[in-house]
Amino acid sequence: MGVLSWTRRGVLAAGTAMALSLGMQAEAQTPPGVLIVGQIAEPKALDPAAVTAVNDFRILMNVYDGLVRYKSGTLEVEPALATGWEISEDGTEYTFTLREGVSFHDGSPFNAEAVVFNFERMLNEDHPYHNTGPFPLAFFFSAVESVEAVDDLTVKFTLNAPYAPFLSNLAYPTGLIVSPAAVEQYGADFGRNPSGTGPFKFAEWRSNEAVVVEANPEYWDGAPGLQAVVFRPITDANTRTAEMLAGGIDMMVEVPPVALSEFQGDAFQIFEQAGPHVWFLILNAKEGPFADKRVRQAANYAINKSALVDDVLEGTAEVAAGPTPPAFAWAYNEELEPYPYDPEKAKELIAEAGAEGAELTFYVTEGGSGMLDPIAMGTAIQADLNAVGFDTKIETYEWNTFLGEVNPGLEGKADMAEMAWMTNDPDTLPFLALRTDAWPDKGGFNSGYYSNSEVDTLLEEARVATDQDKRAELYKEMQSIVQEDAPWVFVANWKQNAVTSDRVEGFELQPSFFLLLDDVVKN
Amino acid sequence: MGSYILKRLVSAIPVLLGITVIVFAIMALIPGDPATAILGSYATPENVEKLNRDLGLDKPAVQRYFIWLFNMMQGDFGRSFSLNRPVLDEVLDRFGATLVLAGTSFVLCSLIGVAAGVVSAARQYGFADKAITFVVLLGISIPSFFLGMMMILIFAVQLRWFPASGMWPIYGDRNLLVLLDHLLMPALALAVVATGVVARLSRSAMLEVLRQDYIRTARAKGVPERGVIWRHALRAAMVSIIPVLGIQAGFVLSGAVYIEMVFQWPGVGRMLVDAILKRDILLVQGGVVFVAACYVGFNIVVDVAQSLLDPRIKT
Repeated sequence: MGVLSWTRRGVLAAGTAMALSLGMQAEAQTPPGVLIVGQIAEPKALDPAAVTAVNDFRILMNVYDGLVRYKSGTLEVEPALATGWEISEDGTEYTFTLREGVSFHDGSPFNAEAVVFNFERMLNEDHPYHNTGPFPLAFFFSAVESVEAVDDLTVKFTLNAPYAPFLSNLAYPTGLIVSPAAVEQYGADFGRNPSGTGPFKFAEWRSNEAVVVEANPEYWDGAPGLQAVVFRPITDANTRTAEMLAGGIDMMVEVPPVALSEFQGDAFQIFEQAGPHVWFLILNAKEGPFADKRVRQAANYAINKSALVDDVLEGTAEVAAGPTPPAFAWAYNEELEPYPYDPEKAKELIAEAGAEGAELTFYVTEGGSGMLDPIAMGTAIQADLNAVGFDTKIETYEWNTFLGEVNPGLEGKADMAEMAWMTNDPDTLPFLALRTDAWPDKGGFNSGYYSNSEVDTLLEEARVATDQDKRAELYKEMQSIVQEDAPWVFVANWKQNAVTSDRVEGFELQPSFFLLLDDVVKN
Repeated sequence: MGSYILKRLVSAIPVLLGITVIVFAIMALIPGDPATAILGSYATPENVEKLNRDLGLDKPAVQRYFIWLFNMMQGDFGRSFSLNRPVLDEVLDRFGATLVLAGTSFVLCSLIGVAAGVVSAARQYGFADKAITFVVLLGISIPSFFLGMMMILIFAVQLRWFPASGMWPIYGDRNLLVLLDHLLMPALALAVVATGVVARLSRSAMLEVLRQDYIRTARAKGVPERGVIWRHALRAAMVSIIPVLGIQAGFVLSGAVYIEMVFQWPGVGRMLVDAILKRDILLVQGGVVFVAACYVGFNIVVDVAQSLLDPRIKT
C-alpha cells in the first residue's frame, strides 16, 4: 500500500501547489500607456506596397503617412505629407507640394526624391528595388505614366488619362510612403524592418506573438498619446473574445455579432462605424430566370433584408439601398429607398414574367473577407426565395474556391452568388463590377453580365471628371438606374465594430475601416 | 543493432519521398491559388496571372515539384509568401513551440496514463480501479478542443488564474515559471484523451502480465507486492505499452493542431492551418514534410527502444 498511496497523495499535493503558485501571478494587468490590440491574424509584412489585407493596414496606418489621408470620420481627402496640390486643367497632371522638415524614423529626410523612389519601386519593373515585391495592388496606380521630382519639395505625377479616384487611391495604404534608405538597407526583408514617417515607429516583431510599435515624439502632426502599441494576432474569434474578457488585450476588432452582448456594461466600450462596404447577391442577367428584369426585382422584393441584418447579423449591419454604400456621403444618393420586403409584389412580378417555380442555383461561401455570416445569410435568403415560389438550391464553397468559381462569371453554372466589397472610392466597385466592359472575359468582375450603356457612360464620365460635385451627380444618377435595373440584390452595409476596455480613451472608428491610434490614451 | 537501425533509416527514405509527392499533389489539386488568396476581391484573371508569374507559379507542376525537391535536399525550403520569410526559419520557430506543448503533453500522458493503468490493474475491480476507469472514460469522451474552451472560460475568464492564450506574456520576463503558467492549460487539454488511451491499454497489458506464472512464482518467493508490480510486471508490460506510447506521440502531435488554434499557441499546427487557408504552398509543403520527417524519426526511435526491451522483435 505504502508507495501507491504516497504517490497518489504526492501527485495531488504537488499538482495543487503548482497550480496555485502559477495561478497567483497570472493577474498582472497590461501596463498603462501601452495599448494591446487583438488582431485577427499575423501580418504578412509591414511594407504597405506589398500587402492587401485590412488586418495589415491597421498596423501600417500608424507607422506610415501618405501624401494625403482621409479627413477623420469621412472618406474625403485632406493633406498629409503633401501640404497641397494642383490638378492641371485636363486632369492628367497632379503637382504636390511636400511638407518641410519631415524625417523618416531611420533619420533619412522625406523629400520629392523619396516619393519618386516609392512609386518607381512599385510601378517600374526596371527599378533596382522592384524585386522587393510583388506589389499586388500596384494597379491602383496603373494610370501613372511618370513621377518626377520638380524640386526638393515638389513632385509631379503625370497620368496617361484623367483618373478621378487618383487622390483617394493615394490615401489608401498602397500609397503610404516608405523610407528609401531602409528599403536599400534591408531589400526583401524591408517588410520586417519597416521605416516610415508616422506617429509610431516600428520597435519589434516577434513572429506569431506580437508586433510592437513605439511613439514617435517628433511626429509632424503632434506626438501620440500612447507610449507603445502591441498588435497581437489571435486568429480564433472565440479566443479573441475570451482574451478581451480576461483582460489580456485592451482593444479588439471584428467582434463576432453573437459575442457583442458579452461586452455590455461599464468595463467595456463598444464602437460601431458604417464603412464603405456592400454585401450583395450577383444575379446572372445573361441566362435563366434572372435575365428578365422583373424577376431580378422580384428577388429584391422577396428577401427580408431587415430580418437578415437584425436577426442573422444581430444589428451589425444596415439594409443597403443600392450599389454605393452611404459611407461615401458625398457621392451617395440620399433619395434611394431600399426595396421593401413585399413577397406579394414579388409573386406578381414572377407571375408576369412567367417564372413561377423556376429552379435557382445559388453559390454560397463559407467565409471570406467582408462576407459576414455567409452560410446563415444564404440559408435565410434561400427560405425567402422559396417562399415566393422559387426552387433554390445552395452550393457551398470555401472562400478561395468560391472566388475561383464566381470571378470567371456565372454563365452555365449558377443563377446567383453572394459577394461583398470594401472599397476606398465610389468609382471602384461599379467600375469593376457593373460596366459592360467589366464582363469577366474582359478582365473585370461583372460576373452577372449586367449591361446598360447609360450606366457605362455615366461611370466613364465620372472617372475622368475632376470636379467632385460633377462626379457626385453622375454617381447618384448611376445608383438610381442600377437600383431600378436590379443586377444585384442589395442586401447590407456592414458596420465595423471594436471593443475597448474602460481604460482606453480618445478612440474612434473610421469609415475607412483603418485603425488610427495617434489620439488614443490608455490609463 | 547497428544494422537494424541502418535498415530502418533506409526504409524511411521512400516513405519521405512518398510524403513529398502526396503533399505536393494535394496542394496542386486543391482549388484556389495563392494569387487569388492574396488579391481577394481584386483577383482579376489578369492580376492573378501576373502575380502567379511573380511568385514563380506559372511553370508546369512536375517541373515545380523537382525544383522544390532539389532545393529542399540542399536545405532550401523556399520563402513563405504569406509571411515573407524563409520557410525553414518559420517552421523551426514554430516546431519548437509545438515540441514544448506536445512534449509536455506526452510526458503527462505517459506518466499519468501508465501509473493509472498500473494502479487500476493492481486493484482490479476495487474502488481505485472503478474510479480510474470512470475518469478515463470521461477523458476519452471529451473532445480536446471543447475541453480547452471550457478551461479558458473557467480558469482564464472567470477565475483569472491562468492567461487565456499565447505562449509568453506580452510584457515582462521570460522564465520557466511564466512558460509553465501559459503551458499548463493547453498541455492538460491536449493530454487528456491520450492519457485515457494509455491508461486503458496499460491496465490490460498489466492484467495480462499479472496472470503469468512467473508473477505467481515471484509472489510465492515472498517478493513484496510493490516489487512484483513495479519491477517484475511493469517491466514486462512495457513491451506492449511502448508502441502505444509511440502512437500517442503521433496523436498529441496531430492533436496539437486543435489545441494550438484554441489557445493560440504559436506552434506548427496553427501555422499549417493558416498557411492552407492562405494557399501558402511552400509553407504548407515545407511544414508537412518537416513534421512527417520528425514523426518517422520518432517511430524509428520507438522501434529501436522496443527491440532493446525485447530482443525477439529484431528480425
